[in-house]
Amino acid sequence: MSIFVDKNTRLLVQGITGKEGQFHTRQCVEYGTNVVAGVTPGKGGQKMDDVPVYNTVKEAVAGAGANCSMIFVPPPFAADAIMEAADAGVELIVAITEGIPVMDMLKVTNFLKDYKCRLIGPNCPGIITPGECKIGIMPGPMHKPGGPIGVVSRSGTLTYEVVHQLTMQGIGQTTCIGIGGDPVNGTNFIDCLDAFEKDPETKGVVMVGEIGGSAEEEAAEFVKENLSMPVVGFIAGITAPPGRRMGHAGAIVSGGSGTAQGKIDAMTKCGIHVCDNLGTLGQLCSKVFT
Amino acid sequence: MKIHEYQAKELFRKYGVAVPEGGVAFNVDEAKEVAQTLGGYPVVVKAQIHAGGRGKGGGVKLAKSLDEAGTFAREILGMNLVTHQTGPEGRIVKKVLIEQGLNIDKELYLSILPDRATRKNIIMVSEAGGMDIEKVADETPEKIIKVYVDPLAGISAYHLREVAFGLKIPKGAMKPFFKLIQGLYKMFSDYDCSLLEINPLVLTKEDNVIALDAKVDVDSNSLFRHKDIMEYRDKDEEDPLEYEASKYNLNYINLGGKGNIGNMVNGAGLAMATMDIIKKAGAEPANFLDVGGGADAEMVENGFRIILSDKNVKGILINIFGGILRCDVLATGVVAAAKKVGLNVPVIVRMEGTNVEEGRRILSESDLELISAVDLQDAAEKVARIVN
Repeated sequence: MSIFVDKNTRLLVQGITGKEGQFHTRQCVEYGTNVVAGVTPGKGGQKMDDVPVYNTVKEAVAGAGANCSMIFVPPPFAADAIMEAADAGVELIVAITEGIPVMDMLKVTNFLKDYKCRLIGPNCPGIITPGECKIGIMPGPMHKPGGPIGVVSRSGTLTYEVVHQLTMQGIGQTTCIGIGGDPVNGTNFIDCLDAFEKDPETKGVVMVGEIGGSAEEEAAEFVKENLSMPVVGFIAGITAPPGRRMGHAGAIVSGGSGTAQGKIDAMTKCGIHVCDNLGTLGQLCSKVFT
Repeated sequence: MKIHEYQAKELFRKYGVAVPEGGVAFNVDEAKEVAQTLGGYPVVVKAQIHAGGRGKGGGVKLAKSLDEAGTFAREILGMNLVTHQTGPEGRIVKKVLIEQGLNIDKELYLSILPDRATRKNIIMVSEAGGMDIEKVADETPEKIIKVYVDPLAGISAYHLREVAFGLKIPKGAMKPFFKLIQGLYKMFSDYDCSLLEINPLVLTKEDNVIALDAKVDVDSNSLFRHKDIMEYRDKDEEDPLEYEASKYNLNYINLGGKGNIGNMVNGAGLAMATMDIIKKAGAEPANFLDVGGGADAEMVENGFRIILSDKNVKGILINIFGGILRCDVLATGVVAAAKKVGLNVPVIVRMEGTNVEEGRRILSESDLELISAVDLQDAAEKVARIVN
């Protein structure tokens, strides 16, 4: 088992003919993901390798039965691409695009309330169920299929580091999700924690957060109230100065809120095993989970 | 992206938001010229820097005559203004805003900002204007009124009423107040503001509502559709190294000159975590530097150069998790860049991920003194050895 994606996922790629879109589509296909369609307006009827390209998402859904979309559309057009996917009935939308304006995402997240779909990202590495389905830009081979641990993270390469350490310890993963580094995103920590709790094969979760906002604090409360499995946490940015945006649009300590220490304290208080040294995260997981 | 008060007020005028008469000046003569056009005294001389708290730092003065306006402009222009937002190093003032004085009846607070939790825009107002709003929020939260606006539906008349009645706006000022809030909200959403703040917003004895101050930040991700805002960029307000880095698409933040270990990482989260590791090892991180997913030899070279121009740096830690960015490509880039730049401090390289063996071989076969670290723990220990 897994959450959100598995071998039955039928993926379409919006922006499939762009440089990034092509490269990562091929990587996903190589990993075994069932890529059924691509969308690039004006290139309908063409093929990218063996993947048929459509002009609109509606056509791709009707023609190829896609139920999930991965978005590589550039920032000025990304909000439109997300809404198009939702309106076409796509159930899961994974937005990789980095640099979408906050105002666009505010509108998109309000727009999505009328649809039964889930958005992951934007500005995220994507989602992978090891051995079954990779939707995103993460390197596939370092993952270890079969579970029993779920990973949810706001970061990209930091997630790779965490997964790598888990695999080195011989600990496999059920599903790994990057929820993205933007202040306004789709799926949040709580959505993932809730899904992991309901997944019979997930026996523990690693939750990777960073400075900015209060998502980790809220997730910590949720863990305390609702999770029966152990959770290991890590927060990046204990040395980040206030008022400076640390790369991710959402990673900023402002007005004394969103600090790493505040998050670590909240998580510790709620029973999460917080790792204070990224170099030893794998060992801590091994201790907590086995 | 931050813009200056005088620039924000230019935008306010376009949206029909009343601001005091005035103009910007880059020297004393210009300041006096502006003062003379304002039709009487007092006039206010305000330092223009990208930081709040200017009044307390001596950057805002009330002049009762033309001579005084000149004197204050001379004092403020070129001064090193230190406020709680500039840090102890302060900021050199290069321009002043000269404005007419007003008959202030009441000082209010107003801001508009996007709220990540509710996915709405918040209009936040308070009768406790002119004060530190965070302190007001802490000590007397009941004095702050928040109105939430759906970004799709936009601002509605009831929002305006809630704000106006909450602030006890007098009857005579209602109409101009409604117009002001509508103008501000339109500007906020037209320009993708991440913050629009007026503190104080003043009610005059003549029942006018005027934005005495203006603080506007524009979402940097939205600049592709705001070319006019890009022209407001002020190099003088940016750290010179950060400005340099931005030319090469490097996401670099100078951590204030006290750090002794520079670092270069791919990915923002891992970069922050790497800074934390440096600190934990007993050293001080000198910077944040995310080279992104497509780092090539040229980017690494520029990264080296920028890090090394900070003379306190005693060593550099490169931490790359190769996914899309393959370790062998990175290693080739590091070797080429190191040869070109001429490294004078030890460099620790920790690589993991795609093609890592090939990458490590390239590093070890180069005749450079690169210190290889097998994992993060090992990297931390090697950092500790440099600083101790």
